[in-house]
Amino acid sequence: MTSTDVQQIYLDHQATTAVDERVVEAMLPYFNNKFGNAASRNHQFGWDAEKATQSARETMAAGINAKSREIVFTSGATESNNLAILGVAKMYAPKGKHLITCSTEHKAVLDPMAALQNAGYEVTVLNVDTKGNIDLNELRNAIREDTILVSLMMANNEIGTIHPVKAIGDICHENGVLFHTDATQAVGKELINVQEMNIDLLSGSAHKMYGPKGVGFLYVRRRNPRVRIEPVFYGGGHERGMRSGTLNVPGIVGMAKAFEICQTDRDSDHQRITALRDSLQAQLAAELTHLTINGDENNRLACSLNISFAFVEGESMLMGMSGIAVSSGSACTSASLEPSYVLRAMGVGDDLAHSSIRFSLGRFTTQREVDRAAELTISTVKRLRDMSPLYEMALEGIDVASVSWGAH
Amino acid sequence: MAYSDKVIDHYENPRNVGSLDKESSNVGTGVVGAPECGDVMKLQVQIEEGVITDAKFKTFGCGSAIASSSLATEWLKGKTVEEATAIRNVDIVEELALPPVKIHCSVLAEDAIKQAISDYESKQGND
Repeated sequence: MTSTDVQQIYLDHQATTAVDERVVEAMLPYFNNKFGNAASRNHQFGWDAEKATQSARETMAAGINAKSREIVFTSGATESNNLAILGVAKMYAPKGKHLITCSTEHKAVLDPMAALQNAGYEVTVLNVDTKGNIDLNELRNAIREDTILVSLMMANNEIGTIHPVKAIGDICHENGVLFHTDATQAVGKELINVQEMNIDLLSGSAHKMYGPKGVGFLYVRRRNPRVRIEPVFYGGGHERGMRSGTLNVPGIVGMAKAFEICQTDRDSDHQRITALRDSLQAQLAAELTHLTINGDENNRLACSLNISFAFVEGESMLMGMSGIAVSSGSACTSASLEPSYVLRAMGVGDDLAHSSIRFSLGRFTTQREVDRAAELTISTVKRLRDMSPLYEMALEGIDVASVSWGAH
Repeated sequence: MAYSDKVIDHYENPRNVGSLDKESSNVGTGVVGAPECGDVMKLQVQIEEGVITDAKFKTFGCGSAIASSSLATEWLKGKTVEEATAIRNVDIVEELALPPVKIHCSVLAEDAIKQAISDYESKQGND
């Protein structure tokens, strides 16, 4: 089926977003008319490109209360996370080889951490509670003499839970440890102030905030303390030597425009999207029993709604909800054939992980779309429960968890 | 993932969804899989004079698991016990054009058939 067959409803904004028309407009001149290399110092084409990236740098910096010289442009948040973690680890190795992160981080944080472990570093992975929150005391206790970096995300990509970043930053600074936050899901949505929050490194991506794919940034603090990182890419010495490679000028211009729009519209977007999300959740809860909200209901991103529909499997739900673009934590929908490790880390059983659906709303989501998604979700869950042996057992009063299941 | 038309048809119009009286002496029940693994199949057969006169299923699982069990019940009806035990998972894979990652769904269906028949046979006291 192609996307043109039926009217598709997109509720997967935590995966990616459509580029805002205003962003496309801002980018267009930089593909052909102003196509120069921002590193060309001796002609108008280069000057135009440099001017555009400098202006973008200032916009990005201002949006998080940083200085423009503290912004390093990258290809996206995966690169930013790798650069922050590997870059700090290499540079600060003489000081120590211990890093701290948590079990619900994105793979773009967990995998470089694992690579460091293989290279002789030690990594402490903090646990989370059933809502995806870390314990600040556990963090305090995990910090050692040789700890060089704490990397904890601002908001979770699967469940939307928001970490207490300011409190984490305070603990890190009291202990003289650098603090990196993967803010991919939060940039443009949540207020970010790297000074107040004591953030030393911050990763962000354009395509999660209505900008283009393939561009992101890393904030690297220059004062109190001055953070130094060893590059991951070597080459022409762009980005003050931290990230060599010709700047993606149209992408950078687009990211800045996208961020600017997010800031202008943040309050109204936040309010509207929260209302739509709450409406979706209320409609589902009114018609369906045995729902579990995954994440922290009182402290999550406005756009995010992750629900387990007990007794039905996620992939079969997606099949029934064709026309609604959402994600599932079911193993059958992942490349790894494992259910969501984030839900597992929160203590959600594998059965409920298989039954989870992530709805994520966005700037262009309408009430009509939400109503249609709710309607289709409800009818699909009801239909599938009618053919679920687990639902039948539950109705008979059998505790599914108490049954001893054969190995498969 | 792209599904074959047959999987989609069984998913959208599942045959023989439901339950038979599991206490009845001529009904055999097979329940295979586990919720943690993302699929549980319950398959039941009603057998009269060595012939399967009815078959029902309920499945928790992906579209391919639902389709495999739906197809199994369709095939079972009218078959003798001997013919039923001869059904192999590869027959289901072929009929539904299941991709390699979904072969385990067909294995579950074969197991469910075997378990249902064995349950019936033990009720009859000839196991």
